[in-house]
Amino acid sequence: MTDHTHELDARGLNCPMPVIKTKKALAPLQSGDVLKVISTDPGSVPDMAALARRTGNEIIEQTESNGEYIFYFKKN
Amino acid sequence: MSDDQPKKVALIASQGSLDWAYPPFILGSAAASMDMEVQIFFTFYGLPLLKKDLSGLGISPHTNPAMPMKMPFGPEGFQKINWKIPNIVSSNVPFFDAFATSMMKKTFAKHGVATIEELREACQELDVKFVACQMTMDVFGFTREEFIDGVEYGGAATFLEFAAEADISMFL
Repeated sequence: MTDHTHELDARGLNCPMPVIKTKKALAPLQSGDVLKVISTDPGSVPDMAALARRTGNEIIEQTESNGEYIFYFKKN
Repeated sequence: MSDDQPKKVALIASQGSLDWAYPPFILGSAAASMDMEVQIFFTFYGLPLLKKDLSGLGISPHTNPAMPMKMPFGPEGFQKINWKIPNIVSSNVPFFDAFATSMMKKTFAKHGVATIEELREACQELDVKFVACQMTMDVFGFTREEFIDGVEYGGAATFLEFAAEADISMFL
């Protein structure tokens, strides 16, 4: 598991809320901080990738287990 | 950021039913989350989406054959049934639209979809600019007092000036 400094629980939320909440959670972070996001929305897999590409906050690791999608965003 | 200049998104919200209230606020908030600059121009039946009180938003399934009519409660098999409601029923049963609206709100909530109020608030927090069409406000009798704070007012030229520089423009 990747070390992370911040965590966002987006379980139970549907499009576009996981993306919005991730954006908001990343905003106050310092460059290099790692945010762990947990989502249950399968649509968040392509959406988080798109968010990362557009905003430059890289997803450094991504896992899936038991219907939970976990993303580690590194703040740019 | 993929480019030096932020992408610009120009949306027109022209529909005010509960279902069609979603696209402008979903796209607006998502685009702003992706560092895009967003302006939504509310005109004609999109104007009620700017009202402080959104409790009047509803749907009218009458003559909309594409709208699934499913119950958000009960056993799984029951929830999968798509109730084909004949137009003669949807047009004559009292409070049919209120019932359908209530079902849709329950279904959205059950699937973790945010409310229109929440998405609108997210847009404002992310600096999505809301512009109300002054002409249609006058025509339909809307006042600025009815609308939420932070709304700007303008006309076709106001929208087009922004849209002329936009990377994405959509009429919703």
